[in-house]
Formats: sequence, C-alpha cells, structure tokens
Amino acid sequence: MRHRSLLVLSIALTGALTVTACGSRGGSKSGGDSASGTTVTIGVDAPLSGQNSATGLGIQYGVQIAVDDANKNKTVPGVTFKVKALDDQAQPATGQQNATSLVADSSVLGVVGPLNSGVAQSMQQVFETANLVEISPSNTNPALTQGPNWASGTKVRGYKTYFRTATTDALQGAYAAQYASGSGKKNAFVVDDKQTYGAGLAGIFKDAFAKDGGAIAGTDHVSTGDKDFSTLVTKIKSSGADMLYYGGQYDEASLLSKQLKAAGDNIPLMGGDGIFSATYISVGGTGTEGDLATSVGSPVDGLATAQDFISKYKAAKYPGDYGTYGGYSYDAATAIIKAIGNVVAANGGKVPSDARAKVVDGVQKADFDGIAGHVSFDQFGDTNNKQLTVYQVTGGKWVSVKTGAYTG
Amino acid sequence: MLHTLPQQLANGLFLGSTYGLIAIGYTMVYGIVQLINFAHGEIFMTGGFGALTVYLVLPHGTSLWLALPLMLIGGAATSVLIALGAERFAYRPLRTAPRLAPLIAAIGLSLALQQAVHNLYPKATSPRVFPQIPSGPWHLGGVDIQSGDLFTLIAAPICMVVLALFVRKSRTGRAMQATAQDPDTAQLMGIDTNRIIATAFAIGAVFAAVAAICYGLRYGQVSYDMGFEAGLKAFTAAVLGGIGNIYGAMLGGLVLGLAEALATAYMADIPGMQQLGGQAWSPVWAFVLLILVLLLRPQGLLGERVADRA
Repeated sequence: MRHRSLLVLSIALTGALTVTACGSRGGSKSGGDSASGTTVTIGVDAPLSGQNSATGLGIQYGVQIAVDDANKNKTVPGVTFKVKALDDQAQPATGQQNATSLVADSSVLGVVGPLNSGVAQSMQQVFETANLVEISPSNTNPALTQGPNWASGTKVRGYKTYFRTATTDALQGAYAAQYASGSGKKNAFVVDDKQTYGAGLAGIFKDAFAKDGGAIAGTDHVSTGDKDFSTLVTKIKSSGADMLYYGGQYDEASLLSKQLKAAGDNIPLMGGDGIFSATYISVGGTGTEGDLATSVGSPVDGLATAQDFISKYKAAKYPGDYGTYGGYSYDAATAIIKAIGNVVAANGGKVPSDARAKVVDGVQKADFDGIAGHVSFDQFGDTNNKQLTVYQVTGGKWVSVKTGAYTG
Repeated sequence: MLHTLPQQLANGLFLGSTYGLIAIGYTMVYGIVQLINFAHGEIFMTGGFGALTVYLVLPHGTSLWLALPLMLIGGAATSVLIALGAERFAYRPLRTAPRLAPLIAAIGLSLALQQAVHNLYPKATSPRVFPQIPSGPWHLGGVDIQSGDLFTLIAAPICMVVLALFVRKSRTGRAMQATAQDPDTAQLMGIDTNRIIATAFAIGAVFAAVAAICYGLRYGQVSYDMGFEAGLKAFTAAVLGGIGNIYGAMLGGLVLGLAEALATAYMADIPGMQQLGGQAWSPVWAFVLLILVLLLRPQGLLGERVADRA
C-alpha cells in the first residue's frame, strides 16, 4: 500500500518535472531563434495577479504592444526587443526581488513599472546602484522624485535612474479637491489604505479641500485586502458627510462604495487614478454610479494618437484594463526604446558595454510626442505633461467630465 | 455616538454568523480526530466558487431567488467533494502518524487548493463578481438590513438548529459523540469510525459552503485567497468558543464578530485611544480577544476539557 502510493507520487513528480523541463527548453529555443542580431529586453514589473492585477496587466501589455511595434517597424536596426514581465503582487518585498533579478539579467536595458508607489520605493535603490533606467507609468507619490521633504519646498531628487510618465499626487489631490468644492461639496469623509500612494494622496486632498473652504467630517484607514466595511460605512453615514474621498486602489474602493450605497447612503466616492479602472465598476456594480475619479493624462480613448494602440490591444484580446496606464506604459517603453536606438546608433550599430548608463542619460533627454501626450522629463524625473482628468461613472462606464492642468 | 450602536451590533452579528458557520468545520473535525484542518479556509473558498459556477452555468437572467437553492447545492457539493477527498487521500493515510504530519499536510493542502483555483479557474487571478440580490436595504428600527445580510440572518440559525438536532437525535449524530469521546471503544461497539470522520468533514464543508454564499452575497465577490483571513478568523472563533464544541464555535463566532465591530467603531472614542481606532485595526482586536481568552480561560468560553486527551 505504502509502496504503491510512493510509486504513484514519484510518477507524478517525474511527469511534472518532464513538463517543466519541456517548457523551459521550448522557451529558450524560441528566444534564440527570433534573435536576428542582438536581443534587448525591456523589463516590466507590475502586479499581474491578485490585488491591482487588472491595471497591472494593462501595463504589461501596453509595453508588449510598444515592443511589438518597435520590432515590426525596425525602430532600432539590428536589435530585437522582447518583454520580461515579473509579477510583484503589489508587494514591496516582491518588487525588490524582481528588481534584483531584472538587474541580474544583462540583456535588460530598461524597466517599465511598477504600478504602486510603495513598491517603487523598494526598487529605486536597486536600479540606482545598477544604473538601470526605470520609468513608471503610474506612480504618483511626490516623494519618489522630489524627496521626502517635497511638501515644505525642499525638493531633492533621490534617484537619477527613476522617471515617471504620470504626474504627481501633489497636483492630483489638489485638482480633485478643487473639482469637489467647485461642484458644491462641503463636507468630506476621508479614508485611505495606509499605503504610500493612498495615504499620501488622501493627505494632499484633505489639506487642499480644507484650504478650498470644505470641512472634514471624519477620517479613517482601511487595510488592503479588507472586505467588510460595515462598521466604517455606519460611521460615514452617521457623520453627515456629503462625499467620501478614498486614497487607495479599486479593490477596496469598489467594495466600500458598494457597501456604502447598499446601506442607503448615496454620497459619491471620489478617488485617484488608483480607482480609475473598469474593474472598479464591474465589482462595485450599480453602487458606483456617480462616483468620481481623477486620473493622470487625458482620456486615452479620446486621443486620436492612441486609437491604433487601443485597436491592437483589443485585437490581441489582452487581459486587463488598458484605460488607466496602458497609453503611458506604451510611451514609457517607447522612451526607453528610443534612448536605446540613439545609444546603438552612436556606437556604430552595436550595443555598447556601458549601455545602461547611456540609456539613463538618453531617457532624461527624451522629447517626443507619445500616444498619450508629449513625453519629456524635468530635473526630478517627473513628466512635463501635467494633464489631469476627472472621470465620473455614468451608465456603468467612466466618462470624462473635465480635463486640464492644476492651477493653484 | 451611541445612536449608531444598534447598527454596529447588527454589523457584528452578521459578520460573526459567517465566522461561526466556518468555525463549525474546524471544531467538528478537531472534536473527532484532534486535527486542526488548516485547509478548511480553502474548502470555504471552493464552496464559493462552486456556487458561482452554478450561477454562471444557469441561463443568463435567471432570478437569483430561483438560482440560490441550486447555488447552495452546487457550492455544498463542491466543498464536500474537496473535503472528503482531503480526508481520504491526505489525512486518513496520516492518521497514525505523529500529530505534526497531518498538520503540515493541511497547510500544504491549503496552499495547493489556493494555487489550483488561482491557476485553473477562469479569470480567478483577480476577484470574480458574485451575483447580488437586487433589493433592500430594509429599515428595521435603527438598523438597515441589506439583502446579503438577510440571507445570513436566515441561513445561520437554521443551520445551527439542524446541526444541534442532528448531533443529539440521529443515530449518526450519537455515533459522532461516541467517537469524539473515545474512538477505540466506539469502534469496538460497532461504529464505523471512518464513516463518522468522513461525515464530520462533510458537515463542516456544507457549513463552509453556506458561509461562502453569505460571503459572496455580502461582498459581491469571491476570490482565490478569501479563505485565508476568513479561515484564520473562524479558527480564532472556534478556539474562543472552546474547540471541539459546536455551540462554542457559533458563540465564538458571534462574540468575535461583535467584538470586532464594536472595537472598530468605538475604540477611538475612548480618551487616549484615538490612535488605535478605526477600520485598519479590526483584525487586531479579534486576535487580542483570542490572546485574552487563552490567558484567562484556556479551554474557551464553552470549553471542552481536552487536556486529559491531548
């Protein structure tokens, strides 16, 4: 009896090992075949499973399309690009491991990601040490580029390898507060998820809303992964707030909004780019109708330059939401590809040995029209494209209601 | 501040009922084979996915009131199947092994089930939307009851009464009590202990499936990792009530739910405790309560004396 089960186990194990072996052999072979000349890898780090994965997958496939386009158009002659996407599960520790393994892969000359500001904090130093350029399409926490004391006016760039195509929460939170008080909201309840992004954004909104003359009905914090907000909902309802501002991601926000409306409190939830995702509506259901979100950039669906990208994304049936950061991911990858192109051209058509450092310089000088707006970076690595858009859930879809840049 | 008290009590009660339903599975299995089945959280999770599958298979637009009984059957069937499989192929071969072996097997099984659902169930890498009962909330005094809560409110007491009657009155129930008291003597008296153990796993799984549907209806989603925290809280509830005691499990669940809701709602109002209030602290209070009970009354609220057996 014992022996038989042992036998079964070993057969199963052998089978599993064989399958894995086949998989890796097949993988490396196809990699070798496609390389006509040099293969350069663009790394991607984002949450590809679990929390935040819908927008994370949007980043992965946004980069994939940029790379496919570059290969098809032979943007860099003699160089074939491929994507290496790693899943950070929105965890800073996992993100750091991924950063280390991307650095260790010498074919990686640039990385797009991560999605979460908190994850970015754990990766920045790794990339800085390795001189590897990192462009986030979505990090909005101001401290990532301007240092921890940005609010008091002492802006210091901590990492010269870190760039982002998204603008910062200093503008996003203030823009949201301006819109909220402009639309007659007087009393806001502010909740955040204690993460770098969420707590930062909620704090900026709170200060800006108070400055615009609004009152704060109360504040609270949730933990990522929370599902039951009944206690919090009761608290918000009895506070008499006329809106709820949430700093965090759509996973918790959609449940919070749904439970709030189900308890009969019909005040809108407003959040940042973290909740601007189709998944927010599909999970939150009809409870999300009327909810508001600010997001970075102009609405990608309405951009003439992005139509080709959107049709490719849809035609390939890629999973995830391209709407939030897909366009910015495409532009981030393109910035890296263009920088590599210049480095290779200056070196007589070959990738130089110190390519990573040169690519960092190249990205700093990037200046081109991307599919989601103009791409160029200031002295902190922040984008010069400071467009923000307010969206509202109308008829089960995010509809843009106001686009502009924050002006004091 | 206190005008929200009835609502917060109700919130705690609904939350606690779900914990209690899951806790039954821990406590029944422990009562009979002294195994903490750490895969029970995942049995709860598969129940949710089983119910969701039934809903997705049914023709689009089927009324939820019609679908709900079928979802219950589908969810219960799935989790019972998984629980029986786990018992037969993972735990039974280890029954005479040292106590640690089945415990490790349970943890491994829990991870395996999570990953299996994550990788094999379509689109389960992110939470799947669970159908909602499109009515409510109902106002009852100062309390709002939502449609998902209504299901919990009906299902949990019915389940408990049926279980109590089953254990007290039926032949199998009495055989269960006998096996729990002394498995060797029970076997000598002609009780098929293997069947009894399997029954305990199956009953726990049915309750877990009911809890999973409560969960799905309340939160509108099921996810591959939903069993982890729910399982941990339910295990806490089982220990709180006195592990091995089915009434203790339900009571432990309710106490835990109420403590969590009340501490989350009112802790911040106690002078000097502002920092410790709010939603983010809710799991902390659940486990603080567990530590207090273990210190002051190690056998749990309705404790079974397990010391002389363990």
